[in-house]
Amino acid sequence: MTAIIKHRLFWPASALVVLITVNMLANASFARITVRDGHLYGALIDILRQSAPLMLVALGMTLVIATRGIDLSVGAIMAVSGAVALTIIDGSEDPGGFGTIMIAILVALLVSLVLGAWNGFLVSVLGIQPIIATLVLMLAGRGTALLITSGEITTVVSAPFKQIASGYLVILPVAFFIWVAAVVVVGVVERRTALGMLTEAVGINPEASRLAGVRSRGIIWTAYIASGVLAGVAGIIYSSNTMAADANSAGYLIELYAILAVVLGGTSLMGGKFSIAGTVIGVLIVQTLESTILFLGVAPAKSPVFFALVVIFVVLVQSPRVHRWGRSVFGSSRTSSAPDEDAEKKEVAA
Amino acid sequence: MTAVETEKAPRNAVFAGIDTFVNRHASVLPTVAAAVILSVLLVGANIRFDGRFLTPGNISALLLNNAFLMVLAVGMTFVIVTAGIDLSVGSVMGFTGILGASMLSGGVPAIVVIPTMLVAGALIGLLIGVLVQYFNVQPFIASLAGLFLGRGLAYVVSLNSIRVEDPVVLWLQTTRFRLGDWYITPTGIIALVVVAIGALVMQYTRFGRTVYAVGGSESSAELMGLKVARTKVMVYVISGLCGGLAGLLLTAFSGAGYPRYGIGTELDVIATVVIGGTLLAGGRGYVLGSMIGVFVFATITTIISFMGAEQSWTHIIVGGLLLLFIVVQRAIVARTSRTG
Repeated sequence: MTAIIKHRLFWPASALVVLITVNMLANASFARITVRDGHLYGALIDILRQSAPLMLVALGMTLVIATRGIDLSVGAIMAVSGAVALTIIDGSEDPGGFGTIMIAILVALLVSLVLGAWNGFLVSVLGIQPIIATLVLMLAGRGTALLITSGEITTVVSAPFKQIASGYLVILPVAFFIWVAAVVVVGVVERRTALGMLTEAVGINPEASRLAGVRSRGIIWTAYIASGVLAGVAGIIYSSNTMAADANSAGYLIELYAILAVVLGGTSLMGGKFSIAGTVIGVLIVQTLESTILFLGVAPAKSPVFFALVVIFVVLVQSPRVHRWGRSVFGSSRTSSAPDEDAEKKEVAA
Repeated sequence: MTAVETEKAPRNAVFAGIDTFVNRHASVLPTVAAAVILSVLLVGANIRFDGRFLTPGNISALLLNNAFLMVLAVGMTFVIVTAGIDLSVGSVMGFTGILGASMLSGGVPAIVVIPTMLVAGALIGLLIGVLVQYFNVQPFIASLAGLFLGRGLAYVVSLNSIRVEDPVVLWLQTTRFRLGDWYITPTGIIALVVVAIGALVMQYTRFGRTVYAVGGSESSAELMGLKVARTKVMVYVISGLCGGLAGLLLTAFSGAGYPRYGIGTELDVIATVVIGGTLLAGGRGYVLGSMIGVFVFATITTIISFMGAEQSWTHIIVGGLLLLFIVVQRAIVARTSRTG
C-alpha cells in the first residue's frame, strides 16, 4: 500500500480519477460512450481527441524542462506551422489532393524543426537563458505567422486535411492515435536508449555531466528540436480542427498550459528527473479540468481563475514550508512512525 | 615595418582607454547602447520621412500612447533586478482596468475607484511575492498563477467592454498642457513621475540598494543582514501596484475597460526592460534604461505605422532587437566575469 502511495505518479493519477468521478456524479452522461457507425463518441472520447495539441506540446516541453530549460515559443511555432500548412493548401490547385497535403505537412514540420533548432542554438551554443532565448521567437514567431497569412485568417476547404483532427481510425479519433504514437516514440527513444538518462544528467548537474563526458550541447539542442517539431505537429492538428490559420489565437497560452501539465505530472522545473507518463496524466488533468469547467456551465473565458487556483494549490502542496506545517500538525498523533520518516526526508533534502 | 609599429602604439592607447571605460562602466553599457539605437531610429526615421517624423506633435504622441507601458516597465525593472520575473502585469492591467470601468459605470466615485484599482493590483503582486518568497515557488510559475488569476477575474467582472464616462478619468487623457507645439497629458506626467520615483528609489534608498544586492547575490545579501525577504515580496507588490496604475492609464487612454486588454503585454514589457539594459540574471539595470527601452518600442511602432506596413512587423523587429541585446549583454557579462 505504501509502495503505491509513494509512487510518484500516485497523486497525479488520483487527481485525475477524482476529477473524472466528480464529473460522473455531477452528470451521468459524462461517462456515456456511444457507438455510431463503428465510431466511439462521448465526453471522455472528446477529451482524448482534444488533448492532442497540448499533449504533443507538453511532451516536447518535458524534454526541454528535463534539461533545465523552458520553451516559451511553442505557441508561436504552432501558429507558424498552421499558417504554413494552410497557406500551401490554400495556394495549391488541388486542395483536397493527398500530395498537396503531404507537401504542406512536410514543409510545416520542416519550418518547425528549423525554429526549434534556432532555439536550441541560442540556448546550447550561445548559452543564453532559455526563458529569454525562446521569448525572442515567441515575439517574432507570431508576427511571422501573421505575415505568412498576410494578417488574415486563411480558411481552406480540404476534406482529407480535416480528417487529421476530426477523423476516425478504426473506432477512435485519428488525433488520439497521433499523440499516442508520439508518446510511444519519445518514450522508446528516451527510455530504451541512454538518451533519457543523459538528459536527466544534464538537467541535474550540467557541469558534472560535462566533466563526465556527456555531450550536453547536443542533448540540449535535440530537446529543443524535438519540442519544435512536436509543436509543429500540434499546429497542424490545431489548424486541421479549425480549418483556419488564425495566427493570433493558434496556440495562444498553450506554453503555459503545457508547463502546468508537466509540473502536474511531477517533473520539476529545476530540471533533471522527468516522467513521460506523468506528463500524459498531467495533460489529461488539464484537459478534463477544462471540460469540467465547461460542463459546470462556467463561461470558458472565466476558466483561468480555476487554473490559477489549481496552480496555487499544486505549488503550495509541493512547497517545503507547507510540508513542515503538515508535519507539525499531524506529527504529534503518529510520533511512532514520524521520526524515521523525518530523518529520511532530511537526508534527501541534504 | 617601423611605420606600422609606431602607428600601432597610439591606437593601442585608445583601445586601452576604451577597455578601461568598458570595464569600469560595464553595467551602463547596454543602456548607453539602447540610447544610441533610439537616436539612430529617430534620426533615421526623420531622414526617411523628410523631416516629418521628429515633430513636436509626433514625439509628444510617443509618450501619450505608451504611458501605461512605461509604468509597467518601471515595476518590471524592480522585479527583474532581483533576478525574478513577473508574467502577470498584462492581465493585472486588464483586470484593474475592467474593474475600475465597471465600478465607475456603477456610480462609484473616482476617488474610491482609483485607490481600489491600485490596491487590487498590489494584492495580486503580494500573492505572487508571498508565493515566491515564503513557499519557494519559482517566480515564473508564481506569476503565471497571477496571470491566470488576473485574466480570469477580468472576465468575471465583465465579458464585454464597458465605456467610461467619468470626467475625472477622462480628464487624465483629454487635458493637454501645451508648450508651443509640444503637449503632455496628465497620463504622460504620471508616467514620467513614476519613472522619476522609480529611478530615485532604486538609486538612493536603502530599499533600492537592497534590490540590487539581492539580484547580485541573494545569499550574500542575506549574510550582510539585509532584509531580503521583505525586499523580494515588495518588488512584486510594486510591480502589481504599477499594473494597477497602468490599468487606470489604459482605461483613461481608451475610454473603456475591456477584459482582453493587455494580452501579451507582459512580453512587450519584458522586452523593453531587457532592451533598456537590465540584465535578466539580476543585479544590474536602470529604471531610466527601461524608459529608453519603452521609447525604442514606441518609435518602432510609430515608424511602422508611418510606413503603412503591417503592425506584425513590430514584434518581429522587437524580437530581433531583443536578441541583439541579449547577445551584447552576454558578451559584457562574459567580459566582466573574466576580468573581475
